[in-house]
Amino acid sequence: MLFNDEFETLPRPALEALQLKRLQAMVTRVYAHVPFYRATLDRAGINPDHIKALEDLKCLPFTCKQDMRDSYPYALFAAHMEDIVRIHASSGTTGKPTVVGYTRKDIEVWSELMARSFVAAGVHKGDIIHNAYGYGLFTGGLGAHYGAERLGASVIPMSGGNTQRQIMIMQDFGSTVLTCTPSYSLFLAEAAAEEGIDFRKLKLHVGIFGAEPWSEAMRTEIEGKLNLCAIDIYGLSEIMGPGVAIECREAKQGLHIWEDHFIPEIINPVTCEVLPPGEKGELVITTITKEGIPLIRYRTRDITSITYEPCVCGRTHARIARMSGRSDDMLIIRGVNVFPSQIESILMGIEGVEPHYLLIVDRKENLDTLEIQVEVDERIFSDEVKHLQALSNSIEKQIKEMLGITCKVRLVEPKTIMRSEGKAKRVIDNRIM
Amino acid sequence: MKVEQISIFIENKSGRLAEVTRILGEAGVNIRALSLADTSDFGILRLIVNDREKAKQVLKEKGFTVSKTEVVAVEVPDRPGGLSQILQTLDSEAINVEYMYAFVERCGENAVIIFRFDETDKAVGVLQANGFSMLAGERLYRM
Repeated sequence: MLFNDEFETLPRPALEALQLKRLQAMVTRVYAHVPFYRATLDRAGINPDHIKALEDLKCLPFTCKQDMRDSYPYALFAAHMEDIVRIHASSGTTGKPTVVGYTRKDIEVWSELMARSFVAAGVHKGDIIHNAYGYGLFTGGLGAHYGAERLGASVIPMSGGNTQRQIMIMQDFGSTVLTCTPSYSLFLAEAAAEEGIDFRKLKLHVGIFGAEPWSEAMRTEIEGKLNLCAIDIYGLSEIMGPGVAIECREAKQGLHIWEDHFIPEIINPVTCEVLPPGEKGELVITTITKEGIPLIRYRTRDITSITYEPCVCGRTHARIARMSGRSDDMLIIRGVNVFPSQIESILMGIEGVEPHYLLIVDRKENLDTLEIQVEVDERIFSDEVKHLQALSNSIEKQIKEMLGITCKVRLVEPKTIMRSEGKAKRVIDNRIM
Repeated sequence: MKVEQISIFIENKSGRLAEVTRILGEAGVNIRALSLADTSDFGILRLIVNDREKAKQVLKEKGFTVSKTEVVAVEVPDRPGGLSQILQTLDSEAINVEYMYAFVERCGENAVIIFRFDETDKAVGVLQANGFSMLAGERLYRM
């Protein structure tokens, strides 16, 4: 099923011609209206007329998170404030948040792309969408909400938190679709299990999970515990919000990025050179239809790869692989690059290990140390010390073999690792650099 | 002839053991025998109690990981060489002891040794055939 047959299956040559036309118009507009872009393009010696082909994109300068911070709050807006109908901001982990503005047309495009995403995930008019993404400055809640309404499904604006109430509503209202972060879905499953609620008796058939990196193993865990089909969605407020890319239910092999509105590139995060399809690197996105705050080559810091191979679902838009981490939450432990998601995959591959873990990085006598806390539940508990030690040794050995780093596994009591109702906190870095 | 023991996972940090005993005490559960295996990070507390179900339930409610294990309680005359005889018998039949702990009966003349074997049924057979006296679970829980 498709939401927009024409644009979702546009043949590649037509799609690329559309991208070029839109790219040229966008660059011309930001050059005229955004002093930041006029300055950076002038510095790079580029005039909007120089863009004759899509390949010319790689000559344009990048936009970074820091550029958005420096432009706080409105300096990157390309539309007049009277045309801005909505303002969102991303959670600033350091300092000020990054602010984005949407024109009425931006909201319409976002709603359509989110509706396309719902349909790609197998959601139909008639579904009851339990939207547990946070409503507010965060784009998750309202983004999914408008997409649901555009599709014509029934949306329950739950927002995050208040888990007991979420479970009650899910049961009583007959929710068929769940939208939240993957870690929160497991938190819900755990809370429901404590109340003796069986997810097989609920009507949920699909869950659309995003806003934080997760693994294939975690998908298996979620699908088993919540008895639904788990779909990975991608988005970020700087670019739009949720619905930039999503997996199709048919293949669940990579996330289709809506190329009639975004041009994706994969670059080497260190050298910044553009990498060929299939190679892993940092995702860079150019928005080609945004009016409020169009961005040229925005560095997402998310690590993925891209493929232009045709997909069984019939969509012609490229697919990006499941995010395997972020180039900035990448841990460097004794010189080795480690993504928390890699450790998660290893842990989830071990029978009985719960997806609640915490990585504690420290520096002792100038040496980095990594401690992994894993909760001991009944499935892995034994009355014999040797069995528990064998378990921690086996995790340590697998991490050494697969990532090349020595770590220490600490077994901890169940539910002692803090649960999050939003993005899970997986890493505590105590090193003083 | 088997006895049910409960085992509890506890992190090696202050107050956890006290917490377990407090929970059991408040629930009116009486501890008959115990042993604690410890490592630098965690410990496994093994208990024989008068009410296993209740103990398991109240501890689980408080978030502890609890499991039940079958062990064997053997009576040993409280005199030199008493334990040695049992161990020699087990050794000659190639039965492994995973762990053991002992206590002395309150008014009797015997010590009671709690054994955890890798092959519990085989061990019970061997001990019976060699005339060792084992305590039934019910007797131990009520002791």
